[in-house]
Amino acid sequence: MHELSIVASLFEILEEKARENQATKIVGVRLKVGKLAGVVPEFLQTAFDSYKQDTIASEARLEIEEVPLKMRCRKCAAEIEKEDFVLVCPSCGSTDLEILEGMELLLDKTDLEI
Amino acid sequence: MSKKELIVREEILGSNKKIAAEIRGKLEAAGVLVVNLLSSPGSGKTTLLERIVETLKPTHPLAVIEGDIETERDAERIRRKGVPAWQITTGGACHLEAKMVGKLLPEIPAETKFLFIENVGNLVCPAGYDLGENLRCVLLSAPEGDDKPKKYPKAFISADCLVITKSDLIPYLPFDLEKAGNEALDLNPRLRIFVTSALKGRGIAELARYFIESRVNMIQHQRHA
Repeated sequence: MHELSIVASLFEILEEKARENQATKIVGVRLKVGKLAGVVPEFLQTAFDSYKQDTIASEARLEIEEVPLKMRCRKCAAEIEKEDFVLVCPSCGSTDLEILEGMELLLDKTDLEI
Repeated sequence: MSKKELIVREEILGSNKKIAAEIRGKLEAAGVLVVNLLSSPGSGKTTLLERIVETLKPTHPLAVIEGDIETERDAERIRRKGVPAWQITTGGACHLEAKMVGKLLPEIPAETKFLFIENVGNLVCPAGYDLGENLRCVLLSAPEGDDKPKKYPKAFISADCLVITKSDLIPYLPFDLEKAGNEALDLNPRLRIFVTSALKGRGIAELARYFIESRVNMIQHQRHA
């Protein structure tokens, strides 16, 4: 359960962006959360909703896009999307895979009122 | 009033990563290899560290940072071995962050060759935070069960080595060593696996050698860079 400290880090970035753009309000926040980010989207939502009280984002809506695990096989170049975390290429059996997506925890965009 | 859609695409934990990279840079330049130990509570991190400290100390000065929610107990155990140790008590937080480690850097003696960081006992949250380590070791004790790697994939995927602890108990447990190893290797084929018993001394010398070799590689890599 480290979602609250992630939300605290998120607000540091949001407040900086709001200042830079002289925004009066943050009305929307969109995150990209990889399946292997180690974060539970529901908890992130709850943490966000309690943290935003009395901030510039008090009316902001949080949208979370979950990103599936996507890899590329370094041996046969196959692109693989997986539900499980068995890191073996289904085409050639190689274990030399590069993770392309699914680890990220990104602030994708934010909607500001200026 | 106008509306603006601002594309950001920034990592939320980017500031932690940045601090971690600074720590790694500073300590690598000083010839210090940093090891981050991750596991669930009670899997034997501190006891393993006591054995590692005893093995490395005669030839390699080292230092230890202990992370816990409360108490100085673990740091005191390490200090009793004659090694500098600092306790970070998080007061409830389930993981250490790079800035907590960064604050302690000025305290680390100049002759230090290894810095071991024992994370808060938790197999989920610490996996998301780089502390500036060169090696991440995940511990799995035999009593926890051989089915854990796939239940906590991120810890095992992000690790460099897996240390099976309390192996002296395996004869009394339904723990399949090969299954545990294969589960972890499915997730992370590059994982180095060590089977240890801190009580019986099994595997400690091999693990200590791995740390020494990793440090030599780090220094050689720097010279070539």
